[in-house]
Amino acid sequence: MQFIDVDKVVFAYDNDEETGNTVLKEISLSIKKGEFVALLGHNGSGKSTLAKMFNGILLPDSGDVTVCGMNTKNDETLLDIRRKVGLVLQNPDNQLVASIVEEDVAFGPENLGIDPVEIRKRVDSALKAVDMYEYRDHAAYKLSGGQKQRVAIAGIIAMQPDCIVLDEPTAMLDPQGRQEVMDTIIKLNKEKKITIILITHYMDEAALADRLLILDNGTILTQGSPKEVFSKIELLKRHKLDVPQAAQLAYRLNSCGFKIDELPLNADDCVKMILAQIEKV
Amino acid sequence: MLKEITLGQYFPGRSVLHKMDPRMKIILLTVFIVFIFLTKNYVSLAIMVVSVIFVILFSGVSLKLYFKSLKAIIFIVLFTSVLNLFYGTGDPLFQWKFITITQAGINTSVFVAARIISLVLISSVLTYTTSPTDLTDGIEKLLKPLSVFHIKIHEIAMMMTIALRFIPTLLEETDKIMSAQKARGADFDSGNAMTRIKTLIPILIPLFVSAFRRAYDLAMAMESRCYHGGEGRTRMKVLKYSKYDYIALCVVCLLCIGVIICNIRLPITLRTGM
Repeated sequence: MQFIDVDKVVFAYDNDEETGNTVLKEISLSIKKGEFVALLGHNGSGKSTLAKMFNGILLPDSGDVTVCGMNTKNDETLLDIRRKVGLVLQNPDNQLVASIVEEDVAFGPENLGIDPVEIRKRVDSALKAVDMYEYRDHAAYKLSGGQKQRVAIAGIIAMQPDCIVLDEPTAMLDPQGRQEVMDTIIKLNKEKKITIILITHYMDEAALADRLLILDNGTILTQGSPKEVFSKIELLKRHKLDVPQAAQLAYRLNSCGFKIDELPLNADDCVKMILAQIEKV
Repeated sequence: MLKEITLGQYFPGRSVLHKMDPRMKIILLTVFIVFIFLTKNYVSLAIMVVSVIFVILFSGVSLKLYFKSLKAIIFIVLFTSVLNLFYGTGDPLFQWKFITITQAGINTSVFVAARIISLVLISSVLTYTTSPTDLTDGIEKLLKPLSVFHIKIHEIAMMMTIALRFIPTLLEETDKIMSAQKARGADFDSGNAMTRIKTLIPILIPLFVSAFRRAYDLAMAMESRCYHGGEGRTRMKVLKYSKYDYIALCVVCLLCIGVIICNIRLPITLRTGM
């Protein structure tokens, strides 16, 4: 049994399959504990819908989503599932419940009925984990987008989940905010061993994941490690998807006759690759 | 323009007033307001006004913010006190055609102005020094007995928390929409009352649409964080009365006794109710 199992899930928004509004078409996938998975796809590919399946915000029309053996369709275990799988949304403004940072972070544990002393501890450690501890008594609306998003992540961490699903958490942020949030996500995955499911359309962010899943039109187009997936440039281009610029450059050099041994995914690797090529010549 | 609205905003700090229990603050505020309106002569009024000033100084919140909160009501204060000036009875001090000003009229207008200003200032102290969550927590605890009548106190308190949380967000949004409509050539400043009201429609519709979208997102975020009503919910900050609360209670009691004594012992200046 995997940590999260998605089995032949079909979903349509207005439950009318004849109109062709089916967003997810028999999707099956599984996620291991501690994994960092990136879900990619352009608008309307069903990636946000899939994100809401993981903790039972949306329920499949047919097929099953199970978390640690608990089906999301079962009302009795729904709270346990949501405690294990946290969801962070795109707009940081819309998901903060309380006005003060630490009170917002405490919202989740409060709902779980945890002892006040323990909540305090969890809130402090969650805020430290996202480097927002010194802002604990600040008004949430005065923070920058990246800071708000990190507070939202802290609110999830305070529930001590096994997995965090992030639905385009950086889409509304400036480059600096994006960097802050991505650093936090990677740190949580590496240090706290929290499973991360990152939904994004930034290829550079996706390249940081252990595994990529490309969604297209409600089905899984391809999956694998970033290097495997981004080497299928032809396929991605056919479906109007991008690849990281470094991979693109390597691909073009390759088609001009340069031999590329390993696909670079970021600028540093790319520079190394080109230097190696120059030395050979 | 909208940035100037400070109502319902909290300014974090470390003053004695910040440390007080919200329940005590709400109770004392209510008592205080009642006694502001019970003052019957200048001495008792002075007691209340001076104590309002002291409370403000103790709150550790910038005085500028209090002036801002007064700005919004200055027109009402002027209007009512000027109006009261002409409605006094008794011997006229000054008469010109149909305008008569009496000592009683002056007294009433001074009292009205002082009372409204004190009322707004002391209420601002509560919202400035109490975080919205604390405030709603306090209200929730104080209203708890009402749940006997099947009134959903927790739900009401949660709605208030969220409303207060979204005030700055929606104000910012209104500002943005106004700028966007101005950029499209909307004119908010001319025309008669009717046209001005009509120009608000292109602001209100996008604002409502986005508020609903936000509400949908927020509901989803709350559900994701295991929100399932007030049942079995604990709080991080447990409300507890501290020594500051008892000191404040004693101080307010003394003030009230002072006002009562002044009202009884000293001649009454103000006979009308307001």
